[in-house]
Amino acid sequence: MKLFNVPGGVHPKDHKELSADRAIQAVPMPVELSLPMHQHIGIAAKPMVQVGELVTKGQLIGMCTRGAASNNGITAPVHAPTSGRITNIAMQRSPHPSGLPEMMVTLEPDGADAWGELPAALDPASSSVSELVERIHRSGIVGMGGAMFPTAAKLDARNNVDLLSLIINGAECEPYLTADDRLMRERARNIVDGISILQRILNVPNVIIAIEDRRVQAADAMSDATGAHKGMSVVLVPTLYPMGSEKHLIKVLTGEEVPSGALPSALGLVVNNVGTAYAIHEAVRYGQPLVSRIVTVSGGAIKHPGNYHVLLGTKVSHLVETCGGFSQPPEQMLIGGPMMGLSFSDLEVPITKGTNGILALTKSEVKPGTHRPCIRCGACIPACPSSLEPQDLFVLVRNEKIEPALDAGLADCILCGACSYVCPSHIPLVQFFNYGKGQALEMRNEVMRAARLKRLSDERLVRSEEKARQKKAKQDARKKAIADRKKAHEQKYEGEVKA
Amino acid sequence: MNRAKIISAPFMHSIDSVPRTMLLVMLALAPATAFSLYQFGWPAIILFFIIIGSSLLFEALSLLLARKPVTPFLLDGSAVLTGWLVAMALPPWAPWWIGVLGGFIAIVFGKHIYGGLGQNIFNPAMVARIALLISFPLEMTFFMQPQPLFAEQSPNFSQALDIIFMGGIDIDALTSASILTQIKILHFDGQSIGGANGLVSDLPTAMLGVLPGGMGEASALLLVLGGVFLLAVRIISWHTPFAMFASMALIASIAHFFNPAYHPGMLTHLFSGGFVLGAFFIATDYVTQPVSNTGRLIFGAGVGALTFFIRAYSIFPEGVGFAILLMNAMTPFIDHYIKPRIFGRSKSGEPLTGQLPQGGGK
Ligand code: SF4
Ligand code: SF4
Repeated sequence: MKLFNVPGGVHPKDHKELSADRAIQAVPMPVELSLPMHQHIGIAAKPMVQVGELVTKGQLIGMCTRGAASNNGITAPVHAPTSGRITNIAMQRSPHPSGLPEMMVTLEPDGADAWGELPAALDPASSSVSELVERIHRSGIVGMGGAMFPTAAKLDARNNVDLLSLIINGAECEPYLTADDRLMRERARNIVDGISILQRILNVPNVIIAIEDRRVQAADAMSDATGAHKGMSVVLVPTLYPMGSEKHLIKVLTGEEVPSGALPSALGLVVNNVGTAYAIHEAVRYGQPLVSRIVTVSGGAIKHPGNYHVLLGTKVSHLVETCGGFSQPPEQMLIGGPMMGLSFSDLEVPITKGTNGILALTKSEVKPGTHRPCIRCGACIPACPSSLEPQDLFVLVRNEKIEPALDAGLADCILCGACSYVCPSHIPLVQFFNYGKGQALEMRNEVMRAARLKRLSDERLVRSEEKARQKKAKQDARKKAIADRKKAHEQKYEGEVKA
Repeated sequence: MNRAKIISAPFMHSIDSVPRTMLLVMLALAPATAFSLYQFGWPAIILFFIIIGSSLLFEALSLLLARKPVTPFLLDGSAVLTGWLVAMALPPWAPWWIGVLGGFIAIVFGKHIYGGLGQNIFNPAMVARIALLISFPLEMTFFMQPQPLFAEQSPNFSQALDIIFMGGIDIDALTSASILTQIKILHFDGQSIGGANGLVSDLPTAMLGVLPGGMGEASALLLVLGGVFLLAVRIISWHTPFAMFASMALIASIAHFFNPAYHPGMLTHLFSGGFVLGAFFIATDYVTQPVSNTGRLIFGAGVGALTFFIRAYSIFPEGVGFAILLMNAMTPFIDHYIKPRIFGRSKSGEPLTGQLPQGGGK
């Protein structure tokens, strides 16, 4: 297949050799699971259980109704990852570095790991599309590549446009991470089954499975598995960061650019991650909700890096222990990859639906550098996949010029970090862009609030004008009535006179 | 300015850093510099270190005055490099105060007046060179035949100290015009440079750097080598030097074709004077050239063209320094007008219209 060029991109050392050859392993049952009710983009789920209640594996513990006006369909339920007892339901500090409190359900496993009663398996061929989508929603499936966007909501694109292709994102471009790679190498058939379910739901003639050209074994496994499926092809894409970005993957594969501010569906495309397809397979074929995922645990400070099949809610400390602990004190702990991941220090944070990796990096891996002024070297420009000028943009944001920054493309920044990665002055560019985006959001809310106030006052004005108009009309009517009566009277009188 | 713990992604970094960049540029300059120092002997060596030392001193003073942290900036290598380039732009046997003044002008007026590293509009070394050239034309145009170190006529260390610090030198006895100066003299005399075309046959010698000239004019060949090294390690992009060479070659060839009695051939223009040094080491200064590659093509072409016109029609024999400063002044405009097209947007910045590909689908 002909591939197209993408702007920008960098080639960080990928360090995947640390974990790429480690098969997916199970993790010993943790003593406690912490389950945030908000493991997806959108509205948080509401706890459905009581403290002390016994739950089975797969039981719904955090509910939300799709289609409720409040959530716009963007939400996902949460299920018990194993059987056990609920020991706590409370607002707790979130695993996110913001540290904001959020609703967390604590589960103490009983060790039996017993599934409860699950919804019946569906036959994709004979089930209706809405049945399948409903199953995906009820199984709590979200984008497993880290975006955590509720999958059922994403599939709604089928209602609005004629879709042409489904793109399966197997381009795991973040350094260190090998979770998707292992999943494809070991469970290709199940992934492909999930893909074919997606294909049926979206009713698209063809599916492109994009895999980085360095992940040869994964590509071979997937090619084998797709054999009998019509319209599915595996395409090798260049190993380049951030190839896994939806919009850039689309550009490489189709040559088309998703319009600024729009979704891939604007081009008739939907992109899903391989992990998501796998979760869909389990949900549809076995009725199993999303209660676990594959996580890469790696980094120079981890004794035995590897890929693990982890129950959601498992704490990082438990995972690290499973990997033999630290070989040296880590300089930096990360959730996700080193390019876009989040830093954390409290090892009690849980694994959630979007956690594709836990990294413990040493100082030499992180290469902290001295912040210096911008020397206008321009290195950040050819690195930026969105063709922005980061050196201009950060000065605007730094000076709080959010409006001009938006004009210069702040909204098109995907926060990939390629610019910061190459900047010889070690300027934390992404940090500025993140901040700027936050400010822009606030400004928009402000504008919206102002607009709403204006609308309300306009409405009131209209109402009072209407009232005045009605009053006047009434007065006029009354005057007219009097005049009419007078006239009638006069006519009558005149008539009488004439007569 | 601190090695603060990184708080936001990315948590990985390329090997690039400001000190590494500066170091590589110095490495690229080293062979040509060493060769020049050898060619011009002890006085040149002493002057070289005077300039670098004073640059560091003025850098430290400026940082203190601006209440900026001294050590990290001083160690980033930018002041040393600036001083080094000033040295390359001066006559090799200039008196000590020219050197100190050069360091002062470059660091204080070339850089810190604007707010320090990354803030200046004009290349500091060129600011120093041009300011000195205008103020002290005699000292600044004292070029001489190379006196290789340890050669018979080459001054020894104490004689060198005398030359640099006490002016113990008979300028007239040693002075010798560079190719460009000879051409300019012929222009002034209204003579054809036809005779001076003999100069052009000196070109191979010029490229080896054994003709009279400034420090940085000494070895075009080694400077080209340094430039190629910088391209190879991706410290500079090819756009600026390429555009400079191309525009100069083009204009000079055309001019020479129509009036060979007045205009020397393009090779003379390319490989004499400070053109090669300028193309690889001065015009490519990050801070003062445009950031985009397209912008750099325009910038380089401008420098090449201006250099030609200054050399050919002004009272100055050499024009690289002026040309670079003039184009430096254009850089903000070039940067303002040359913007990349943002991904997913049209050239004018509007979001692309999402057009559903026709056919296909259901
Ligand atoms: S973080 Fe934003 S500005 Fe920087 S390279 Fe990525 S998209 Fe471009
Ligand atoms: S990479 Fe850094 S120093 Fe270079 S232009 Fe961009 S922001 Fe400035």
